[in-house]
Amino acid sequence: MRFSIIQDKVRASEPLDFEDGLALFHHANLLDVGHLANEVRERLYGPRTYFNRNLHINATNVCVANCRFCSFARLRTGDPGAYTLSLEEAWGRLRERAEKNDPITEIHIVNGLNADLPFSYYTDLLAGLKRIAPSVHLKAFTAVEIHFFHEHFGLDVAEVLGRLRAAGLDSLPGGGAEIFEPRVRRKICADKCDADAWLAVHRTAHGMGLRSNCTMLYGHIETVEERVDHLLRLRRLQDETGGFQCFVPLAFHPDGNALARLPPPTGTDDLRTFAVSRLLLHNIPHIKAYWVMLGLKTAQTAQWFGADDLDGTIQEERIYHMAGAETPQRLGIAEIVRLIEQAGRVPIERDTLYNVMNSGESLAQPKPFRRHLPVHEEARE
Amino acid sequence: MTSQQALAQARGHVPSVDTLLATAAEGGRLDPDHALRLYREAPLLDLGRAADERRKALHPSNIVTYIVERNVNYTNLCVTACKFCNFYRPKKSAEAYTLSRAELAQKFSETVALGGIQILLQGGVNPDLRISYYEDLFRWSKANFPLALHALSPEEISFIARLENLSLRQVLERLAAAGLDSVPGGGAEILDDEIRQRISPLKCSTETWLAVMREAHLLGLRSSATMVFGFGESETHIVRHLHRLRELQDRTAGFTAFICWPFQAEGTRLRLADDTTAHRYLRVFSLARLYLDNFENLQVSWPTMGPAIGQVALRFGGNDFGSVMIEENVVSQAGAVYKLSAEDIEKHVSTAGFEPRRRNMRYQILKDKAVIAGHGHDHLLRSENFLSAP
Repeated sequence: MRFSIIQDKVRASEPLDFEDGLALFHHANLLDVGHLANEVRERLYGPRTYFNRNLHINATNVCVANCRFCSFARLRTGDPGAYTLSLEEAWGRLRERAEKNDPITEIHIVNGLNADLPFSYYTDLLAGLKRIAPSVHLKAFTAVEIHFFHEHFGLDVAEVLGRLRAAGLDSLPGGGAEIFEPRVRRKICADKCDADAWLAVHRTAHGMGLRSNCTMLYGHIETVEERVDHLLRLRRLQDETGGFQCFVPLAFHPDGNALARLPPPTGTDDLRTFAVSRLLLHNIPHIKAYWVMLGLKTAQTAQWFGADDLDGTIQEERIYHMAGAETPQRLGIAEIVRLIEQAGRVPIERDTLYNVMNSGESLAQPKPFRRHLPVHEEARE
Repeated sequence: MTSQQALAQARGHVPSVDTLLATAAEGGRLDPDHALRLYREAPLLDLGRAADERRKALHPSNIVTYIVERNVNYTNLCVTACKFCNFYRPKKSAEAYTLSRAELAQKFSETVALGGIQILLQGGVNPDLRISYYEDLFRWSKANFPLALHALSPEEISFIARLENLSLRQVLERLAAAGLDSVPGGGAEILDDEIRQRISPLKCSTETWLAVMREAHLLGLRSSATMVFGFGESETHIVRHLHRLRELQDRTAGFTAFICWPFQAEGTRLRLADDTTAHRYLRVFSLARLYLDNFENLQVSWPTMGPAIGQVALRFGGNDFGSVMIEENVVSQAGAVYKLSAEDIEKHVSTAGFEPRRRNMRYQILKDKAVIAGHGHDHLLRSENFLSAP
């Protein structure tokens, strides 16, 4: 039986192939797949679940690309809902945190492809953030943005990355990968760079010593074959460079975009996608359950289906919330710690590169986990 | 050697978690100590797989059922004043209501038009309503609507008995004669007086709740059973609750199904920091499937857990997706906001790998939806026509 062969391969640490990937997506018993993914996850990390303290900045939503799944972007400056932060405003987001003594270790920056901004906007943005908080890691610009800078400003990808790094760039987020298969890209994100260009940016970044993440947007028009193909393309680049730290499956959200007629992926599909990703991507260290888009309940459950990371505290997430995500815009440290502990996992605060920042007692003394409290008095006014 | 034999052999020793899971998956009976051990020690997906095996053994057809019904809360006036309740209003409140016959008629006929087959009728404990109110209401409903009456939880029934100075049996007999079809399992919360005293001191005791169900079953009425957790109870209380239901079910076989959900605390007078997460829900739910070896049906709770976890729970022992709730007023007042149409429910069931079928309260599969609904208005249950709660 196919599943037991796959199980043997996984236990012998042999890579799975395309057919194995399909079989895992089709295997009737979801919990078999989850259980096997959990074996791998626990072999790698035991009961630990990672998170970080981060801040999201989406500096502009003006974007020349008209992707059908996107509820965030506006085509032109001046369109209703279009915005571009001034550099002062963008830096202000970080200053606010610093003034509140609400420390973060990472800023995640993802933007529209805005043809009205000069390249210096981006380098100044990074440099200004580094001036405010030199130790904060800047994870900025998806491969799609880097490729856009290359085309729009007539600079080599390596040159773009080099200048951004000189200004403060520390690593790349994994967005914009969507589904690599051209059939799907033509239909949902025709204006975006193709798979080869996306992979080439990451290859170049890895070659320069920059780390990055990678993603897959699933649950729209793609087939199971196209999901497996996507995962295996990421795995091949990872075999070449070893530069990916983390894979993030992203569930499609249908509100307010051109694909609003599609139903969103369901809970079992989400969990299966996490489990299959963990099993196929043996060479990518971490699998992240991005709570903003999964919802807290599924993100928590995913910690038993192959995921070992929950992303971070975040503040002001815009992209998914404009597509109907109903999660809060941020989580406090105490909340995220409690969520992980209640999942039966051990919370570890990491930095972007997965160095351990805090664990156990040092987790900022969140309120103690209270599980079997006696029921107490009524709330006072 | 079967696992039941392994368990027998291990008696006197402590059986391993794996042995316990294998035993329970085959339908073997767990002791309370075994259940505690599993709850504390078994990894989530091991519990889930055993519960899934047990579900498969009981329901090999791969069918997951649901019902189309309307939740009608005929009054919110209540003297029980439970601390966890956001729905009730005291008598003096300007917001206290009792639905008029005209309002009920509208709700009931909308339900029929939408293909509903049952009214889940529950309300506050309202001392102004005598037993004749319910008898008249049931007779009027039966005379006018093709709807089953799944009505009055044990708290309401025991209150009527005290108000009228009748025995539980007398009340149930009179209500059944007037048209009561079955008794909903609400108001159980945690069936342990240690917990009940703290959260709902005026509500019926564990013994009374069980006595109402016992009397109802003996009269041939079926009922459901519920558990609400997250009141700061320990796992011992949870196992005691399950144990009491299992004992009664051994005697009467009158429970059709078990449903559990975590307490929704938002806005209530109980400020609790208890664990009401998906992880705990899935553990409690799969443990219930294994412990309640004499319950055929376990309903998932998507109205509180959301459709995603509701769907996932079908792989942790669930075989019923609850109801298309044309109206819901209680948990939605405490922060649960999910809504699903029949079309949504069928999609969640089939993408989880099951065949969705409609049922009645006794979990009989309805052969022809249109005929049962009586009016062929099935199309009204598609999302775009879904009537949301007022």
